[in-house]
Amino acid sequence: MRFVDEFRQPELITKAAEEIRRLADPNRHYRLMEVCGGHTHAIYRFGIKDLLPSNIELIHGPGCPVCVLPMGRIDDGLSMTEKPGVIFTAFGDMMRVPGTHGSPLEYKARGRDVRIVYSPMDALKLAQANPERHVAFFAIGFETTAPSTARTLMRARVLGIRNFSVFCNHVTIIPAIRAILDSPDMRLDAFIGPGHVSTVIGCRPYEWIAANEHKPIVVSGFEPVDILQSVVMILRQLREGRAEVENQYKRVVPWEGNGAALRAMAEVFQLRPYFEWRGLGFISQSALRIRDEYADWDAEQVFSVPGLRVTDPKAAQCGEVLKGVLKPAQCKLFGKECTPDYPIGALMVSSEGSCAAFYNYEHRKAVVAAAAE
Amino acid sequence: MTAKPESVPKIRFRDPQIELAHGAGGKASRRLIEGLFAPLLIGPLEEPLGDASHFSVNGSRLAITADSFVVKPLTFPGGSIGELAVNGTVNDLAVSGARAEVLVVTFVLEAGLPTDILEAEVRAMAGAAQRAGVRIVGGDTKVVENGKADRMYITTAGIGQTIPNVHISPKSVRPGDQVLLSGPIGDHGITILLARGELDLEADLRSDTRSVLPMVEALAEAAAPGLRWMRDPTRGGVATALNELARDCGLAVHLREEWIPLHDAVRGACELLGLDPLHIANEGQCLAVVAPEFADRALAALQGISSEAAVIGEIRSTPAATVVATSTYGGTRIVDMLVGDPLPRIC
Repeated sequence: MRFVDEFRQPELITKAAEEIRRLADPNRHYRLMEVCGGHTHAIYRFGIKDLLPSNIELIHGPGCPVCVLPMGRIDDGLSMTEKPGVIFTAFGDMMRVPGTHGSPLEYKARGRDVRIVYSPMDALKLAQANPERHVAFFAIGFETTAPSTARTLMRARVLGIRNFSVFCNHVTIIPAIRAILDSPDMRLDAFIGPGHVSTVIGCRPYEWIAANEHKPIVVSGFEPVDILQSVVMILRQLREGRAEVENQYKRVVPWEGNGAALRAMAEVFQLRPYFEWRGLGFISQSALRIRDEYADWDAEQVFSVPGLRVTDPKAAQCGEVLKGVLKPAQCKLFGKECTPDYPIGALMVSSEGSCAAFYNYEHRKAVVAAAAE
Repeated sequence: MTAKPESVPKIRFRDPQIELAHGAGGKASRRLIEGLFAPLLIGPLEEPLGDASHFSVNGSRLAITADSFVVKPLTFPGGSIGELAVNGTVNDLAVSGARAEVLVVTFVLEAGLPTDILEAEVRAMAGAAQRAGVRIVGGDTKVVENGKADRMYITTAGIGQTIPNVHISPKSVRPGDQVLLSGPIGDHGITILLARGELDLEADLRSDTRSVLPMVEALAEAAAPGLRWMRDPTRGGVATALNELARDCGLAVHLREEWIPLHDAVRGACELLGLDPLHIANEGQCLAVVAPEFADRALAALQGISSEAAVIGEIRSTPAATVVATSTYGGTRIVDMLVGDPLPRIC
């Protein structure tokens, strides 16, 4: 398969792994944060940790949009399913995330009209096909998915489709990274930068990390060769005492980002003064709201959203795990009360969530031993 | 009269209500069956529950099973609900080591269902039964109000005769045994997903629905003494079937990812949608665990029917009760059972 197989070739992977072993100083411990949940998933799926020396530690970052959404926002969204005539739509990613009274999938099983869509445009088409109903779309994601939500709202306005609205939960990546760096209990050597987000925002927004925080950041693709190559680039920087923004994912990420996507976002969204993140708390200017020009399509205006603030179960330590301060298995609930079957926190639900990924690594030592048999 | 303490069934099912996941064939389904149905209806289980139950009548060994079919859309490239309903029960009997003899069929129909749609499905069932060599001998029909069912549901139950010398049990599986798979995985599940028309994706794919009895008979003829375990990996896919095996035998299943046959279209769709092909449903494949000395013969027998059959891994002692996949470059991962339905990932 083109664009996939090239980046999974065993020879290239072996070569990169050897290069990492050559560059890594055996007397030093490296803590690299992969910001993006897509990387966390890939690292787990491809068994990347098995290919790295033990003194390179990968810390899972906050870049899983499902995981960082506080439960109150999920409850707010699900409250819309109670209104007569509403078709509530969301990405598959959201469907198993628990709200206070169940996940969207559980609401659906109880008879609420909850549907999975594959893009916001599909939700808009659903509204066109059901003019007597109101279609609400639960929008989530970083800058990766925000442009398609923006384009959908622009289209809804142009076509004058009034039975459609968006519950906007788009967040932005840079404030999250800043919050991590400001966290006093966090020591990091470098970042594996998010790939998909950077296709939109480009590489410039990361320059302060290199300039002010003196930490290397390498924007990376999602295939095994990409991730290993990014680790090589980080190790080279650290070895040479450099702290720069580098782009490993050049085949997809332009340095300046995607102008058309950024313009669409600017047309439809503006920054919220602050937004609550699960575990990270309120972060100023870290999320997007729909501009007043589009208020007729803003679900927060169309519905009286309760604006719930729900605290996570006390024992759950999602925040510490999201910040990378705790490993998933160090959370008191991990693997006991909280499993992929009965998730308490979103990190155990999403395939990009570090807890769900880590859960599958519980027996890792045994696996490696057995594989060496 | 008070019941003896040991006769009180131990209910372990604690979920407050039935969710869709309880029917998806993964962990939740297993909890429901082993925590509620089995304790109350069957009693303490001596053997893990298989695809069919075996019993004796006047000295002849028979097997019985039942399967219900709800699928949307009713027809899809390569098959339809009628064919699935026949093949599903024939296959459950086959992989338990039995040849289906008779089926009975129950229809639950929604008022308003056009007759030509029903007739097409009945014809599809007749054709599938003929191809599978099984007789349909009776059944029942219920009609529910419009809106109370999704067009039609079909349940089939079947009785079969056990195939001589075949003794399938996860308890007989030993380290060193080889894991065989009859052909490419995920064709059925991805075909259905695309046939729903909710994704702007098209692919040249067909459901693999078919009777696996010929494969089972070929395996039995070539390798009966070394045939330890079989399963048709339907809902929940190969990953779920092998996890059940790993749990039931307490051993490890080690898969080599590059050995697992997979069509490019399925692989591509899974890459795009963030799905694992090992979790996707199949309707005409057979997984078998065979003693190493019989593996070559068993593979040749399978390949005689399905040219893409392959050895995909082996049984080892550790890590206990776990399925592990190793990639071409040596990365390993745990392959878990499916939790709920596979949901496409977007962001």
